[in-house]
Amino acid sequence: MSPVLETKNINKYFRKPVDFHVLKDISFSIKKGEFASIMGKSGSGKSTLLYILSTMDTDYEGKLFLNNELVTGNSHQALSKIRNEHIGFVFQFHYLLSEFTVLENVMLPAKKLGVKTYQEIENDAKEKLEMLNIGHLGLKRASRISGGEKKRVAIARALINNPTILMGDEPTGNLDSFNAENVFQIFKRLKEEQGLSLLVVTHDYDFAKRTDRIIEMEDGRIISSGP
Amino acid sequence: MTQWKVILNIAKTHLLTKMKSTATASLGVTFGIGAYITLVSFMTGLNAMLDDLILNQTPHIHLYNEIQPTEKQPIALYDAFEGAFNVVHSVKPKQSQRKIHNALPILDYLKKDPEVKGATPQVRAQIFYLSGSIELGGNLIGVDIMEEVRLSNFRDYIVEGSPEDLQNLDNGILLGAGLAKKMSLSVGDRVQISTVRGDIFPLKIVGFYQSGIAEIDNIQSYANLATVQRILGEATNYITDINIKLNNIEAALPMSQMLEKQFNIKATDIKTANAQFETGTDIRNLITYAVSITLLIVAGFGIYNILNMLIYEKMNDIAILKATGFSGRDVQLIFMSQAMIIGLVGGILGLCIGFGLSVFIDQLPFDTEALPTIETFPVNFKVHYYVIGIVFALISTFIAGYLPSNKAKRIDPVRIIRGT
Ligand SMILES: Nc1ncnc2c1ncn2[C@@H]1O[C@H](COP(=O)(O)OP(=O)(O)O)[C@@H](O)[C@H]1O
Ligand SMILES: [Mg+2]
Repeated sequence: MSPVLETKNINKYFRKPVDFHVLKDISFSIKKGEFASIMGKSGSGKSTLLYILSTMDTDYEGKLFLNNELVTGNSHQALSKIRNEHIGFVFQFHYLLSEFTVLENVMLPAKKLGVKTYQEIENDAKEKLEMLNIGHLGLKRASRISGGEKKRVAIARALINNPTILMGDEPTGNLDSFNAENVFQIFKRLKEEQGLSLLVVTHDYDFAKRTDRIIEMEDGRIISSGP
Repeated sequence: MTQWKVILNIAKTHLLTKMKSTATASLGVTFGIGAYITLVSFMTGLNAMLDDLILNQTPHIHLYNEIQPTEKQPIALYDAFEGAFNVVHSVKPKQSQRKIHNALPILDYLKKDPEVKGATPQVRAQIFYLSGSIELGGNLIGVDIMEEVRLSNFRDYIVEGSPEDLQNLDNGILLGAGLAKKMSLSVGDRVQISTVRGDIFPLKIVGFYQSGIAEIDNIQSYANLATVQRILGEATNYITDINIKLNNIEAALPMSQMLEKQFNIKATDIKTANAQFETGTDIRNLITYAVSITLLIVAGFGIYNILNMLIYEKMNDIAILKATGFSGRDVQLIFMSQAMIIGLVGGILGLCIGFGLSVFIDQLPFDTEALPTIETFPVNFKVHYYVIGIVFALISTFIAGYLPSNKAKRIDPVRIIRGT
């Protein structure tokens, strides 16, 4: 099966405060419908890698392909569009626009994409929230809900444009075991029912071992890429 | 493709949740524009009034014979001294008459010119007003009164009586208001005048003339052209001045130069005669714009500050927006829209306040002896000042918004999300 995401010899350096080779020769690929997890000690470069894969960070060497198309070297404008259409991202910390309602937060990327009507987008957003068991929060201000709820809203937002790949930086990080399990089940269902590809950084081995493949990182290198 | 609806929606939410800052920034613009509209309306009103006061009484071109020495003294014509260094002491003016040569043909010629709205002959006479044993020096100007009324706002300056009264009475006089006061005369009274040669004539007062300029009102009076010619003992072709009104004031300078050459006569145009007056107008305009622009710059700094603050507070929002697919340009547009909304709201409010103040000033009584036709402060209501005002507001907020929004455009989302 063809890869949805592929990297070839990605290297990244931090120049400040000291020269630091943070990612070393990262080459791997994620196939369509694959649910992969990344594990590794803190500071091994997992987040840094994810920022590059999500096209937000463009300061690296090597090549990044999405759906077999070279992404590296595209303009910021083009990369924004790629992120909007193809990549759903769940941050390590919960990031929502605090002055908007939960529903508006979820709808924003779809409004930016501008393909569906307002009504369709609203229905989609409600559906995603229902799926994550937070349908009742729709009209609350994003600043008025708990941390675990924010995380799930962020997942709903990442899914709103039906992306090619969903990336998460510890998406179950500060969720209780019930909600963590819930998120895992949702990811699994998305993979199985919609063929969504997922790449998730996690510290939770119980979570990781149930994914298709564990990619292990150490000191900026991939030391094993599963299964 | 720009999703204006989303962008404006985000801008609106930011502005509404920061109501206090938004109001402060808008009020800055409001003051700037309000002050501009008020100042410019009042100042240009004042300018127009002063224009009326002086310029409307001044002919576009004034033709007269100037008393001056000849350029070539007689010795220059004498061959024997050619090339020598001649010194002439006690040079006297050239022997010539005050009257304009061929005045009647010149008048005919002018009246046929399509550029000329009208040309009026005048006879200026130095006279004395006699009041008992007191002699007051002054001028008596013989005019074709109905032509003067047609060509200038002469009628506005006749405070008692009417031009028709003068027209109908052969030995009538429109006495300067200052003179009337000095000599305690009223309409219907007789006043004795004496020419330089000593001939005395009684004239009947048909009205008072008040220009608003004391130096004129204290010495100058008007009578019919024929009356003054008769007083001076001159024929009907004796005319000392010709005043010309043109259809287009801009033609005054070239035409005066042409007439000077053509008729060998002195011709002054309105622009040259009132050069200092134009300077006054320019300076008033300069003050208006300097004050308004200063206020707008202050308002601009206010917007700049508030937007900078807002962007600092909204770093997280900016990072999230960028991470979820909004481009740098979208983010810039969000903050530019905020600046422009502040500019538009503040500007429109400023126009309203400016209009309100102008209406208020326009109704304030402004009573002054010097200006008989003015009852309230002069205010100029012109749409184009309001257009300039709103354009001003938008330009200044655009500039004030551009720099901060450009910063927002370039914020690196990774740095924010990483939390360093
Ligand atoms: N902006 C930065 N400048 C310099 N070093 C950085 C920067 N961001 C991260 N690092 C360093 O890079 C390494 C990898 O960081 P990160 O990708 O966040 O690791 P992980 O997510 O695996 O914990 C760490 O040692 C961290 O200190
Ligand atoms: Mg990390």
